[in-house]
Amino acid sequence: MLDLTASRATLRRGFVSLGAWALLAAGPLAWGDEIQEAQKLLRAGQHQQALERVNRSLAAKPRDPQARFLKGVILTEQGNTKEAVEIFSRLTQDFPDLPEPYNNLAVIYASQGQYERARAALEQSIRTHPSYATAYENLGDLYAKLASQAYDKALQLDKTNKAAQKKLSLVREIGRGPAPVAVAAKPVSETTKPIAEAPKPEARTPVAEKPAAPSDASGEVLKTVNAWAQAWSNRDVDAYLAHYAKDFKTPGGEPRPAWEKGRRSRIAGAKTISVVVSEPKVILDGDKRATVSFRQAYRSDTFRATGTKTLVLVRSADGRWQIQEEKAG
Amino acid sequence: MRLAPLLAALLAASAVSATGATPEDRLSGVFQSIGANRLDEALKRIDALIQDHPNFHLAHLVRGDLLLARTRPLETFGNVTKTVPAERLEGLREEALARMRAQRQRPAEDRVPRHVLQLHAGQHHALIVDSKRSRLYVLANGGGPPRVIADYYVTLGKNGIAKVREGDQKTPVGVYHVTADLPRRKLTDFYGSGAFPINYPNEWDRRLGRNGHGIWLHGVPSDVYSRPPRASDGCIVLANADLDAVAPFIQVGLTPVIIADEVEWASAEAVEAERRSLAEALERWRTDWQSRDTERYLAHYSPRFRTARQDYEAWARHKRKANGARGWLEVGVSRVSMLRYPRERDFVVVTFDQDYRSDGLSSVMRKRQYWVREDGHWKIIYEGAA
Repeated sequence: MLDLTASRATLRRGFVSLGAWALLAAGPLAWGDEIQEAQKLLRAGQHQQALERVNRSLAAKPRDPQARFLKGVILTEQGNTKEAVEIFSRLTQDFPDLPEPYNNLAVIYASQGQYERARAALEQSIRTHPSYATAYENLGDLYAKLASQAYDKALQLDKTNKAAQKKLSLVREIGRGPAPVAVAAKPVSETTKPIAEAPKPEARTPVAEKPAAPSDASGEVLKTVNAWAQAWSNRDVDAYLAHYAKDFKTPGGEPRPAWEKGRRSRIAGAKTISVVVSEPKVILDGDKRATVSFRQAYRSDTFRATGTKTLVLVRSADGRWQIQEEKAG
Repeated sequence: MRLAPLLAALLAASAVSATGATPEDRLSGVFQSIGANRLDEALKRIDALIQDHPNFHLAHLVRGDLLLARTRPLETFGNVTKTVPAERLEGLREEALARMRAQRQRPAEDRVPRHVLQLHAGQHHALIVDSKRSRLYVLANGGGPPRVIADYYVTLGKNGIAKVREGDQKTPVGVYHVTADLPRRKLTDFYGSGAFPINYPNEWDRRLGRNGHGIWLHGVPSDVYSRPPRASDGCIVLANADLDAVAPFIQVGLTPVIIADEVEWASAEAVEAERRSLAEALERWRTDWQSRDTERYLAHYSPRFRTARQDYEAWARHKRKANGARGWLEVGVSRVSMLRYPRERDFVVVTFDQDYRSDGLSSVMRKRQYWVREDGHWKIIYEGAA
């Protein structure tokens, strides 16, 4: 059985801040406050008050995915799974690229013993975001659960198996995990620009059209990316973390120490890790900034994931390339 | 059970296409996918198989492995981590092994079981059980040595084979035949789609003091597709679908059921040569009896000969008296079957219609003799009414 505590801890950590969504949303501050307040109330176990806040927020912005999602979470915690399923389902229809609603649908289905439906939802969640760790962890648990169920059937032990129904992790916020920025880009596109494009997009040009850039810069960038993947594969956490710039944008704006701790436990906790980078594309933006997109094949003793990843690297004063942003998709 | 040979055997079992009709063929297809490292395809195939056969417990075990493999490396086939009744898990592993080995180790086309030397024209089929492989072969009679036309996975006794006494939960080894077709409505669910008792203990068993009764071929309860290789109280158990497939081949009172440790496969020519040598001995026995030269007739009998009631001496005395009193006698022999007895060396059960006419008594009977080769000559060691 997989250890769920780790992912729960991640979620709780994530609760402190608002997540990338709030940073991106260009809505009035009062709206953000409303959501933040509702989250605080939820965390304090004051479900009813939290629900009232969210409803108030929804009255102003009925389509808002963040508020709708939060409402789904509150309803789930209140045990109103029927309505929660409705909300999350609607969210998957309106914002098919968000992985979190699928994840939470899966959690609810699993709690109802509908493992096959849960599996379908999680697989959908991963299809939207191949590196969405929570969905992977939940899917891992679910496969183990399904396997156990299959074994019970094989051994004719399946008389209403009361053995501890392991709960999957409910995600309480959108935009947690490794893919917050990419997630945000689509649903709120009317009001915001994806963060990646925000800093002077006009300055970005492919390396070939930028003769001023040092010719071996993209080679150096690639070397750095490979070294990063190698450190990760070696589970050499210090070397791995050293690849991240001081101003690295942690997922969801999580405080750096908390993020580092999370990474440390995740990486050191695995028995084996293999990260393979393939088909990299480097786009230099001046000589101090580069965007690298590649296919990342991640494989540990417990998970496998393949997907596209984009790293934004910056060159520090001492000439080293370091990761400033990391996003899936 | 060792893991490595088990996995090797399972993965090597890929002779059969996945589109094959039987659940066993389809399971083999799943292992084929696993062997080719197409795990998603394997899972799809096993899901489809379970959809059609939800009671196929072995399929659920394989599905469990395929799902678990997505979360961690497997350590064994049937990688059940919680504490479960060990014999149940072991039973499924053994079933997997038996089924996949049978899929892989098909008898060569030009080979026939050495046990069936001859069936008579009225016997359309014979059944042979290979205990070691948990397999039942159906042989068809029709010109030359009978050939295998179908084979099925079978469950035998919990304690193995070579039944000796009542309650030993073993399946007998020997030459038998089906004695009845029990009506389904008289059977409980336990026997599944039918039951065909066989004549254990036969004449030879009784002579050796073996006892017990109620050895049947039968089906399985409705909540399972099949049972582990060694699970019955001595009966030969087939999946209901398989029993339904075998049932049309069975002629009550006629269809032989040979249960062997292992089927010996031989060339048709070798089997035919053996058949001919025994047929010639049988013919000499017939003509020598007709000659009324009692000593020549008695020379066909082994000193170890015994009937159900008499030993050789008593029986020889009786024959000398009876045969000598006849003015003439004629013996007709027809509808002959010759079945080699498993486990015993050169030992054949010969059954035929005997038409005996004389100036005294005349009779027509079905007779059974057990022939054994002693010092290079075929001798009769038992005879009686069949």
